[in-house]
Amino acid sequence: MNAQVVTANRLADGQVVYFTSQGGWSETIADGAVAHDKDSATALLLRAERAVAEQVVVEPYLIQVTHKDDGDILPVRYREAIRALGPSVRPDIVTDRSGRSITTHFGNS
Amino acid sequence: MYRYDEFDRTLVEERVAQFRDQVSRRLSGELSEDEFKPLRLMNGVYLQLHAYMLRVAIPYGTLSSRQMRRLAHVARRYDRGYGHFTTRQNIQYNWPSLAELPDLLMDLADVEMHAIQTSGNCIRNVTADHFAGAAADEIEDPRIYAEIVRQWSSLHPEFSFLPRKFKIAVTGAPSDRAAIAVHDIGLRMVRNDAGEIGFEVMVGGGQGRTPMIAKTVRAFLPKQYLLSYLEAILRVYNQFGRRDNMFKARIKILVHEIGIEKFSGLVEEEWEQVRDELVDLPPGELERIRAYFRPPPFDPLPDVDQGFEAAKTATPAFAAWARSNLFPHRQPGYAIVNLSLKPVGGVPGDVSAEQMDAIADLADQYSFGEIRVTHEQNLILPHVRQEDLFALWQALEAQGLATANIGLVSDIIACPGMDYCALATARSIPVAQRISTRFAETERAHDIGDLKIKISGCINSCGHHHVGHIGILGVDKKGEEFYQITLGGDASEHAAIGGLIGPAFASDEVVDAVETIVETYLANRINGEHFLDTYRRVGPSPFKEKLYAAH
Ligand code: SF4
Repeated sequence: MNAQVVTANRLADGQVVYFTSQGGWSETIADGAVAHDKDSATALLLRAERAVAEQVVVEPYLIQVTHKDDGDILPVRYREAIRALGPSVRPDIVTDRSGRSITTHFGNS
Repeated sequence: MYRYDEFDRTLVEERVAQFRDQVSRRLSGELSEDEFKPLRLMNGVYLQLHAYMLRVAIPYGTLSSRQMRRLAHVARRYDRGYGHFTTRQNIQYNWPSLAELPDLLMDLADVEMHAIQTSGNCIRNVTADHFAGAAADEIEDPRIYAEIVRQWSSLHPEFSFLPRKFKIAVTGAPSDRAAIAVHDIGLRMVRNDAGEIGFEVMVGGGQGRTPMIAKTVRAFLPKQYLLSYLEAILRVYNQFGRRDNMFKARIKILVHEIGIEKFSGLVEEEWEQVRDELVDLPPGELERIRAYFRPPPFDPLPDVDQGFEAAKTATPAFAAWARSNLFPHRQPGYAIVNLSLKPVGGVPGDVSAEQMDAIADLADQYSFGEIRVTHEQNLILPHVRQEDLFALWQALEAQGLATANIGLVSDIIACPGMDYCALATARSIPVAQRISTRFAETERAHDIGDLKIKISGCINSCGHHHVGHIGILGVDKKGEEFYQITLGGDASEHAAIGGLIGPAFASDEVVDAVETIVETYLANRINGEHFLDTYRRVGPSPFKEKLYAAH
């Protein structure tokens, strides 16, 4: 089974965020806490869901990612790649502070 | 131009105050997301992939220069410096923060703009021919009636909880530039044999999962009965519409299921009962609203301006622009000017704050301060003197707004798709960008001629692909973006739904496929036929053969 992280949109500004191992939320997917099996994924989502009641995020959910050896995390589905890296048609708008742009995910097509 | 009634102003300001309160209660946790979501949607606020999105209504696509400047201000102050004009003649902002939305809405309210009725199962923002009040072929300005419908439908208690959303479009001319046949109700102004003006009333058009062309319920409705007749249609829908199933709830399904004769009978029966109640507008009210749309003070001018003719001869690029981007005006010596929001490789419908300001200035200088938004995601300066066209063209060139491609292969409609939209199954904008880049050469695009390509990122069909001459629908196949192509769709007065040509194309094949379709048309066209003429004459087979020959 694939590795998973929890993502959501921040309540105040809608920004895409990822649940970190410290229990906070980061705008960068590479900071996301990774669950490697079903039980830890369920537990991770449960922890993350507390932030809903605390008005931090809305609608957290699990996404599948590939966890690279260098620690980098990339979403499996293209929908999530676009959420992580911003609109593919506006590479000037970088929503990931790692500085990566969505075009690196899709190539230049 | 139309200005808000006092009633509207009070109402909009109250709504903003209410929303401010709701937002603060949401941020403090008094309201849960489930409680808040319907409230924000009522104010045009969606949560999309990357952020909140605000949809601002532009009734019948008419904007003043003052409003355009305010839209620029909003883009700069609350967003990331741009906005996106949609196929509903609205503008969307992609990045506002929830906490700032009440201030944003207040800034819009200052210029009589709002986001009410841009979402939910109500009668949505009424759309109209973008050439209204200017077109040479117009019987009467459709915005007068669009405005009457807007006032009647705004927060109409009986119609705020319809089985599903409800869209009305009006055209005052025989050529349909408002895609009325794919609306829940389409109104076309017509003259009867006695020369009286009325409406042909069409019902049950729509796109989405089950695309349908509207059917005529009444060939001639005397115009004074517009509201009572609409009321009768809405009542029949409210009573018989399928509230049990979201996918069957639109009026088109009802019309389809019971048939147009039965539906029409029910409406006429209902109308007999309501037509003499007081729903129709008293004549004084009609005149009051008509006054909002009084034509601007045109100058008497000769039919043809010699300077304009000379400039075309001297400057071929200007001549090309004049050929595709100008339309005949009812007033001698004037022209309707289309500003293309489809630069080669650009995002269809996107405009920067700087461009918005420049457009507002040009509208003041050349078009009585008036601007129009088209459902094809372009803008219009409706009333420009022919003698000013060359100077205007140069100014538009400098802003990247003078691409000579209106109605041509690179004037593509594309919905936001997966780049922004939470409902998308694939991206649409990059496909539009690649197609417009492939057909970048002006001469080639002009030679290909009238060709409407429309792209949607999911079956909700905001990109109108069902009625594109070439329609493209993005789908997800095992985690990859694929594109289905339909041919032969048409949103004009000869409306038709396009037919699927065959299996979907992978993302890196789709532009080649479009080029193959264009080349097949060119190889088959005779006597300067348009794409659609050729397609209707030869049918899908030659296209199918070429497209799938290699497969
Ligand atoms: S067609 Fe689908 S993807 Fe495109 S804007 Fe509409 S809902 Fe979003």
